[in-house]
Amino acid sequence: MVRFALARFGAAVFVLVSISVLVFLIFFATPGVDPAARIAGRNADQATLAQVQAEFGLDQPLPVRYALMMKHLFVDRDLTSFVNRGVLVIPQIVHAVPVTLSLVLGAAVLWMVVGVAMGTLAAAWRGRAADPLIVLVGVVGVSIPVYWLGEVVNLVTQSRLHDSVFSWVPPLGYVPLTQNPAQWALRLLFPWLTLAVLYAGIYARVLRSEMMGALDEDYVRTARAKGVSERRILIKHALRCSLIPIVSLFGLDFGALVGGSALLTEVVFGLPGVGRLTYTALQNLDLPVILGTVLYAAFFVVLSNALVDLVYAALDPRVRHV
Amino acid sequence: MSEPLLEVEDLRVSFRSRRGTAVAVDGLSFSLAPGEVLGVVGESGSGKSVSMMSMLGLIRDPNCTVEGSARFRGSDLVGMADKDLRVLRGRDIAMIFQDPMTSLTPVYTVGWHIAEQIRVHQSMSKARARARAVELLAEVGIPDPARRIDDYPHQFSGGMRQRAVIAMGLANNPSLLIADEPTTALDVTTQAQVLDLLRRLRRDHGSSIILITHDMGVVSQLADRVLVMYAGRAAEEGPRQEVFHHPRHPYTWGLLGSVPRARAPRVRRLPAIPGSPASALAVPSGCAFAPRCRFAHDQCAERPPLAGADHLDACWLPRDRRHELRHSLDEVATAAGDPGQQSIIVPATEEFE
Amino acid sequence: MTERGEVLLRATDVVKHFPVAGSPWRRGARQVVHAVDGVSLEVRRGQTLGIVGESGCGKSTLGRCLVRLTDLTSGRVELAGQDITTLSRRRLRPVRRDIQLVFQDPYSSLNPRRRVGEMVAEGMEVAGERSGRQISARVAELFELVGLSADHVDRYPHEFSGGQRQRVGIARALAVDPQLIVADEPVSALDVSIQAQVLNLFADLQDELGLTYVFIAHDLGVVRHVSDRIAVMYLGEVVEVADADDLYEAPAHPYTEALLSAAPEIDDGVTAIAPERIVLVGDVPNPVNKPMGCPFHPRCPHVQAKCTVERPPLREVAPGRSAACHFPLVAVAGRPAAP
Repeated sequence: MVRFALARFGAAVFVLVSISVLVFLIFFATPGVDPAARIAGRNADQATLAQVQAEFGLDQPLPVRYALMMKHLFVDRDLTSFVNRGVLVIPQIVHAVPVTLSLVLGAAVLWMVVGVAMGTLAAAWRGRAADPLIVLVGVVGVSIPVYWLGEVVNLVTQSRLHDSVFSWVPPLGYVPLTQNPAQWALRLLFPWLTLAVLYAGIYARVLRSEMMGALDEDYVRTARAKGVSERRILIKHALRCSLIPIVSLFGLDFGALVGGSALLTEVVFGLPGVGRLTYTALQNLDLPVILGTVLYAAFFVVLSNALVDLVYAALDPRVRHV
Repeated sequence: MSEPLLEVEDLRVSFRSRRGTAVAVDGLSFSLAPGEVLGVVGESGSGKSVSMMSMLGLIRDPNCTVEGSARFRGSDLVGMADKDLRVLRGRDIAMIFQDPMTSLTPVYTVGWHIAEQIRVHQSMSKARARARAVELLAEVGIPDPARRIDDYPHQFSGGMRQRAVIAMGLANNPSLLIADEPTTALDVTTQAQVLDLLRRLRRDHGSSIILITHDMGVVSQLADRVLVMYAGRAAEEGPRQEVFHHPRHPYTWGLLGSVPRARAPRVRRLPAIPGSPASALAVPSGCAFAPRCRFAHDQCAERPPLAGADHLDACWLPRDRRHELRHSLDEVATAAGDPGQQSIIVPATEEFE
Repeated sequence: MTERGEVLLRATDVVKHFPVAGSPWRRGARQVVHAVDGVSLEVRRGQTLGIVGESGCGKSTLGRCLVRLTDLTSGRVELAGQDITTLSRRRLRPVRRDIQLVFQDPYSSLNPRRRVGEMVAEGMEVAGERSGRQISARVAELFELVGLSADHVDRYPHEFSGGQRQRVGIARALAVDPQLIVADEPVSALDVSIQAQVLNLFADLQDELGLTYVFIAHDLGVVRHVSDRIAVMYLGEVVEVADADDLYEAPAHPYTEALLSAAPEIDDGVTAIAPERIVLVGDVPNPVNKPMGCPFHPRCPHVQAKCTVERPPLREVAPGRSAACHFPLVAVAGRPAAP
């Protein structure tokens, strides 16, 4: 198991380095872009340009340029934005990460709990009235666009009913957990719910079909022949085996969301997260920030995939012994 | 004769579907004495598995109806509440299935499966259940059981998995073991090992076994009594030697003739049964086998009762002429292969599904 | 002994290895499945060679090698004297018409969305020697030949029962007038009574068309029934080849002996039952790590010191029969049999 984990993380590091090389090549080694002029800023004099050229080794071969770029990004952390002069890239991302993580983690807990519960119940009650009802709720959740739902929630909680039912709802925005835990949770409550609605529906559906399949398996029949109770069959046998695909799905979704896919939710609820940072950078073609956020996103996607594989190995013994 | 352990009477299992009612088991009756091995043979769709599973409440299809009675030690399994049936399942009656590859939950160790079986029915500490599991694995011939108990099913070979499943079935010393095609998925040499194991268990534990199989050879090796099923009905039932040495039903003749033997003198053509098995959706009202029977006559439009003393059969043919009729079948088979005939191919009269 | 005809198919030292998918980090120690490990065989025209063995013995892979459905690692296969091992895809095409395959699962080997008649006609269309009208007539003829009705050509595979689908598979194989049919477990998915019908069909077709068969199966009764000669395989090797009756009467290799002894027999009061059953211990070893010496030695009841170190070659132990055993159970001329 330890060897498996080490091998898996080795592979993850390899993938990350490859991605950084690829992104570097796309953004800084494509013809037609003069990185020196961009880094030095508009109207920079020849001396500054030369300094930048030397610092980033722009006159040197590609591998050296790549190494220097990574050094500026991660070691010196002095890479600055092209657009907002003097604003460093790394601290910007560091500020945005807790916001995104808070949003996605909270939503993930919600959707996992709700999704697994709904999926399990639907599978347990197949053939009864509750099953199609749960499926229907799931479909509605999946079908509602998150930006629309977010705006409606805002409309209701922030303006229409703000004076009566939702007077306790704080204004939009983010309060760090370390500063005021209660405000942190309260401000994130509706973003969490909004994001979770979408994913809970998907997860419930996937889990339901997985469990339906599992309940038709021979091992469930064997468990019944052993005299195991239906509840134990459902939880210990069917659910346990059906969680395996759910985990891989979760890893992909979680990685992508932390990496910036929670953009729409962040924008709607005014949360200064990574998604919004990427969005702004893309609009302004702010290459250093894009480089930083892309690498950051890749890091989370790769990390969560590596974690998924480990959890996978813990859940499914067949993977462990390959 | 001692009190039967299981007495099945007029068991009928049917499935409602859009295409009509499929009768999978149609008026099956038999009884099983304590310590007896009953071999149930038939082709796919003969109702041999369905009948056993329906008794144990293992068919969860809401469109399934089970009628008749199956008294196990006096109490009727048909219609028993699932709560009560569950107590019997795995404790007094164990059932094992064909494919050992899929019959264990892949995410748990072999030991976990056996311990679960024990602890569902007995209050026993985890440590003691584990010790018992090691004992059981040793008993079914798993080498190094104390170590192999922590293996996952995929780490066991097919034969070992089937042994583990048998060990699990035996965990609570059941008085009846129902084995559904226990050796079909196994290789010949592994199959021999498992058959040996079943034979030994039967000797050591004295439990009754119902052995469901399509393999006449397996039944011939293990069974005391044989029940031949066709289209959900009993075609013939009797002591093994009687049924194999002096089979009475034309379907049994056909089955025995269809099996190419490893040791008997070689024949160019087998005395095969023409046509294909009756569909459960359209079982003939008379003798179910009549459409495939070379000796079908007017009387076969009426359903023959399962009649006889110890060796029973459901056929209208006169008893005293059966032997002679059976041997006429062999001639039919060889004649069809006679190159003197115009076309040597006997057309398949199988019906469409 | 059966009369000896011309050799139609000859396989010489056929080897097929599959690499085990390993990690890219662990190079060097690349493992190999020895699926077929040096098999030499002959099939004579008009006869049936049975290949029997347990799962994983390489019998199906060998079958695929014989028709070059898979490329050989080494060795050669000759059909009527022509080496087909190295033929290019294009040059192989006419050869493919001479050798046809019949598969185990009659359902998955037929395209569910096409009419069975079209599938049977396909081979003839590719050959391009017959007109459309001639092809239709031939398809109808083939359907009658395999015991189906000519009205069935427009139906889809799901409308047929398992036995009928296997008949369609046979009709498809016959469509290009092959000389040799390699049948891989063609009856093992069928019910007993249907199995007998299909076996009879194979026999009848051989009598009528003079076909040559390679019949691969795990069921000893079935192989005995159809075969003139039988090759027994264990862990990718042929351990014994003999005429069917000789092999079943007095096996020369201990594995053959154990295999025959293990097959459950029907005691019908007529056939003699084997006096004592040999139950082998353990399972078939992994074809990745084949045992040293004789591959069968860890399970062999007659094992001796020599067997653990030296791999016995397949050699003639009696006229017309060979076994790969240092101590064959059939006396070799001039040598004592095993104790």
